[in-house]
Amino acid sequence: MHGLADIFFRAVFLENLALAYFLGMCTFIAVSKEVRTTLGLGLAVIVVLGISVPINQLILDHLLRPGALAWAGLGAFDFTHLWLLCAISVIAALVQVLEVILHRLFPPLYHTLGIYLPLLTVNCAILGGSLFMAQRNLNFIESLSYGLGSGVGWTLAIVALAGLRERMKYCDVPDGLRGLGITFITTGLISLAFLGIAGVQW
Amino acid sequence: MSSVRELLLRPMFRENPVTLHVLGICSALAITNSLTSSLIMSVSMTAVLVVSSAAISLIRSYLVPSIRLIVQIIIIASAVTIIDQLLTAYLPETARILSVYISLIVTNCIVLGRAEACAIHQPVRTSVLDALGNGLGYSLILIVVAIVRELVGNGSLMGYRLLQLVREGGWYEPNELLLLPPSAFFLIGFIVWAIRTYQPEQVEDQSARPFDLPARRQR
Repeated sequence: MHGLADIFFRAVFLENLALAYFLGMCTFIAVSKEVRTTLGLGLAVIVVLGISVPINQLILDHLLRPGALAWAGLGAFDFTHLWLLCAISVIAALVQVLEVILHRLFPPLYHTLGIYLPLLTVNCAILGGSLFMAQRNLNFIESLSYGLGSGVGWTLAIVALAGLRERMKYCDVPDGLRGLGITFITTGLISLAFLGIAGVQW
Repeated sequence: MSSVRELLLRPMFRENPVTLHVLGICSALAITNSLTSSLIMSVSMTAVLVVSSAAISLIRSYLVPSIRLIVQIIIIASAVTIIDQLLTAYLPETARILSVYISLIVTNCIVLGRAEACAIHQPVRTSVLDALGNGLGYSLILIVVAIVRELVGNGSLMGYRLLQLVREGGWYEPNELLLLPPSAFFLIGFIVWAIRTYQPEQVEDQSARPFDLPARRQR
């Protein structure tokens, strides 16, 4: 149990997808203008990461890895070169299915998420979660913990940035730095703060 | 949308995909702590852009709008897989350092952005040139950031020692912050600042709509 909590907290703070690996940056910068919208987006990211990472783990382990198809008498095959195509297709399909389900069963949540849901297909944080899972050889339960943790970490980062940007409206920023420039620098400062957590032992 | 020069140069300087549209910055930030990996990343990225734009432009009249996104993604993912396999075969060391970032070209918004904005409407020649220009514009930012980070952070360029470090008996005390992730944010912030001081019309309105997708804005 200790191992799972460890994976979760590492994914939230130390290996934060947004601040340590720069994943999902395009959305991160473009959408972080209001705290309310970022909360909805963050929720979508947590859900999609929490489902897609374990599914991709199953596919990788039971269909693609060398020898994984032994149960079908195809033990000699190695399909890992198809991994990227599989991973992105799973994510695209998952997002579509999720959209239909939410639209049918939870209309309020569907409307809160709005356009962000389909956009998650091309969010590098989502694909990155699966790729890092493959690189670290996590098992099914660990990948669930990792997926949820990295989703929470990403949400934490984007909500923090949106909070700062809301306050920034009242600041007198130099002309050329307004908008994009100051956002980058703010993100850099948040990232520095997260680096500080790296020294904490638990 | 006419001359070769215009197609190539506009996305490199005036409308750089990284600093104007905030596209594809994930990898621009992550692997820029050494010049070698940035160069390889730039080449791979430009190759994927050109190949996928050409392919999408070739089949553009057969693409049904409702499934075009998935077709585009599959084409891009195939191109990336090829590059990934090539790198693993011929440059295993670099492939290990770049790790997942080569695969992440699939979700790099520049590739899909150009496919949507240009390749799907324009003939092959125009889309290839446009892709090449955008690839070079991306590479330019990557290389500038990487030169600053590696030189100041480690006193070297492409692994060659240019400034003698104090710990090796030289005079240069490296600023190791430049090797850590946050420095890339600061550097790109400063580059954006410089470009926008020079071209003030790029500054977006602070009271802009809360949701303003960069990929949409350029259409």
